[in-house]
Amino acid sequence: MEFELSFIWAMIIAFAVLTYVILDGFDLGIGILFPSAKSEQDKSVMMNTIAPVWDGNETWLVMGGGGLFAVFPLAYAIIMPALYMPIILMLLALIFRGVAFEYRWRTVRWKPVWDFAFFAGSVIAAFTQGISLGALVQGIEVANRAYAGGWWDWLTPFSLLTGCAVVIGYGLLGSTWLIMKTEGELQARMRGYAKWLGIATLGFIGVVSILTPFKDPAYFQRWFTLPGSIFSVLVPALVGLCTWLLFMGLKQNKEAQPFLASLGLFVLSFIGILVSFYPNIVPPSLTIAEAAAPDSSLRFTLVGTMVLVPLILIYTAYAYWVFRGKVKPEDGYH
Amino acid sequence: MLESFTAETLARMQFAFTVTFHIIFPAFSIGVASYLAVLNGLWLKTHDQTYLFLFNYWKKIFAVAFGMGVVSGIVMSYQFGTNWSVFADKTGPILGPLMAYEVLSAFFLEAGFLGIALFGRERVGNGLHMFAVCMVAFGTLMSATWILSVNSWMQTPVGYSINDVGQFIPEDWWQIVFNPSFPYRLVHMVLAAFLTTALVVGAVGALHLLRNKADAAARRMFSMAMWMLIVVAPLQIVVGDFHGLNTLEYQPVKVMAMEGHYDSHPEGGPLILFGIPNPQEKRIDYAIQIPKLSSLILKHDLNAPLAGLDTIPDEDEPPVAVIFWSFRIMILLGFSMLGLGVWSLWRRIRGKLYDDDLLKRAAIVMGPMGFVAVLAGWVTTEVGRQPFTVYGLLRTSDSLAPIDAPAVAVSLIAFIIVYFFVFGAGTFYILRLMNKPTATSDLEINDGPTRTAQNQFIATTAADLKSGAQGDNRGI
Repeated sequence: MEFELSFIWAMIIAFAVLTYVILDGFDLGIGILFPSAKSEQDKSVMMNTIAPVWDGNETWLVMGGGGLFAVFPLAYAIIMPALYMPIILMLLALIFRGVAFEYRWRTVRWKPVWDFAFFAGSVIAAFTQGISLGALVQGIEVANRAYAGGWWDWLTPFSLLTGCAVVIGYGLLGSTWLIMKTEGELQARMRGYAKWLGIATLGFIGVVSILTPFKDPAYFQRWFTLPGSIFSVLVPALVGLCTWLLFMGLKQNKEAQPFLASLGLFVLSFIGILVSFYPNIVPPSLTIAEAAAPDSSLRFTLVGTMVLVPLILIYTAYAYWVFRGKVKPEDGYH
Repeated sequence: MLESFTAETLARMQFAFTVTFHIIFPAFSIGVASYLAVLNGLWLKTHDQTYLFLFNYWKKIFAVAFGMGVVSGIVMSYQFGTNWSVFADKTGPILGPLMAYEVLSAFFLEAGFLGIALFGRERVGNGLHMFAVCMVAFGTLMSATWILSVNSWMQTPVGYSINDVGQFIPEDWWQIVFNPSFPYRLVHMVLAAFLTTALVVGAVGALHLLRNKADAAARRMFSMAMWMLIVVAPLQIVVGDFHGLNTLEYQPVKVMAMEGHYDSHPEGGPLILFGIPNPQEKRIDYAIQIPKLSSLILKHDLNAPLAGLDTIPDEDEPPVAVIFWSFRIMILLGFSMLGLGVWSLWRRIRGKLYDDDLLKRAAIVMGPMGFVAVLAGWVTTEVGRQPFTVYGLLRTSDSLAPIDAPAVAVSLIAFIIVYFFVFGAGTFYILRLMNKPTATSDLEINDGPTRTAQNQFIATTAADLKSGAQGDNRGI
């Protein structure tokens, strides 16, 4: 029973993190692409495609952190000090990026400052998220229910690589999102970027996938014994399918297909990471079951989650539906 | 400068700094969200354009304040782990679920409906738009409910047991959520948020009334704010008293520090109105006090004995001077709010509410005082909990993460610089929005529809659109 509850929770937290990654992924991606805007109109359109939804997207990050605190307090207590610097940097970057949405409309003289804050904040947030991922994959030293490493352990060539991978990947999500939400010259330009960002993202996925099994022999084993080996066949095949859909979509000027295919790539990469991690929550040694809060905490939180998360998904979907369609410079949000 | 501090001191400074900044925004946005719901409801009911105008006016201010609240709040939810990971591990099984409920039932609700509330009126129609506005307001109140339950459990922990690795384990969720100090703290804080907003709205109304006594929007704001004050300020004083009695029952040491009672008073304790705490000598210097009144207030008996800090081991004593002062600041401001309310009521009865310039000036001076009172109140209750994080059970010094002082020092400096820069700018923009005339519109910058792609176009057509009401319709 204990195993099952903690496993259900691990899946819920993974779902929250994945939802965060794909939702905030495209809106951080827009920040990453912000300097490519050629005019004030471009900037307005780009920002307006996400203005009504960005704080909802970012709430999934709070859900990931808060959920971890709630159901895996030990994992939370180990990961946060281990990733101290990247997390603090990410938080500061998100501050700059988040306030830019409002501030840039409130000033003329300082508009370039907040536009830069939006760009730099998005890049740094994406980069530090990638670093955090890399640092988790390479493993975190634990002793006596606490982080036992130093405060620079997270900084390795591998984590820098995953940092860059996430920046590029979010850029791909952002550019394909804009293909879906904009028209004309801006859309055409995004099609051009999406192609190169797609190629680069696939390159990063390839390199990280090749390096990961060498970080820990256990990863290697999980991928090449059952049931993990099912995924070893399935995941690359589906990555291939998404890649084909992405580039065909770009070539045939499809509106939504490139975005959906890019989301697919993210989901598959995420599944790949889960397969590598399981049954650990903090590699190389802390398991999901060990880190879990007592059953009474898991059960109490699960009741509300089962009721509220579907509701959240419904009204979030509704908000997206309300603001559906192309964002045009001349109509804005009326 | 920071090298001489330990990691614990630095982490405490960091938490105090970030939480102090953070609480300012929710304290304001809880009140404004409800105010917006009231304004929009009144507009739908009466079709009085003034209400719609005010809704759009405060909507923009709310959007900026809410944005600052969101980003400063994300920091809080991660700081438990980065700096206080032992606390997080030990209290996670109890506090974590409460915070998870806050995220699920409040944060998503606010964020999910905010977009529609801010710019969805034309897309969803008035009815659903009103629903979205109410959901945002309801979300802010839900958020307050859960986080105050968390804080109150840290003050008055119940319903738990402790397992073999030292974690607090939930035994009775009902007891945990509705712990003894929670109802009082919740009501006290929500009323404080309403008062804070009323004072700000009143000050903005007063400012515009000083410029133009006939300004209809300013009159409406001022009048609504002053009604709010006269109703809520006395209520808050009563609630505050109940909260104090609750504290006396569960955290008597905190009350000793608030009262400045270093010594026990077996025959009735004096109420120290003013004085200078002297922690070295453990006494209040230059005290101005009313004999036995403290016993009357706290125990409803002039001669009831009151224990002092001399009955408490030194290592369990909170920093008295801070609490002594912050408590007095809060009380003084609370009564000033009541005074302003009474003054306005008197002028209103005389039919001169909008004519008394001195009253308007007083309202402007009182404008930011809600924030000061909220901060003073939180300093009193949080510093009063020291030296514990979970009162009586887990010491602050035992809650710290295994982090190096330089890491905390660097991040503390970064937070200070970033917060002053970012939130300084935000406050400046809010003040500028508040300063913007209510009757006319400066369309080029300030009255442009929030976050629409239109600013460029509006600037060019601004000349055609003279009235403020027209400006609003486009701002929806």
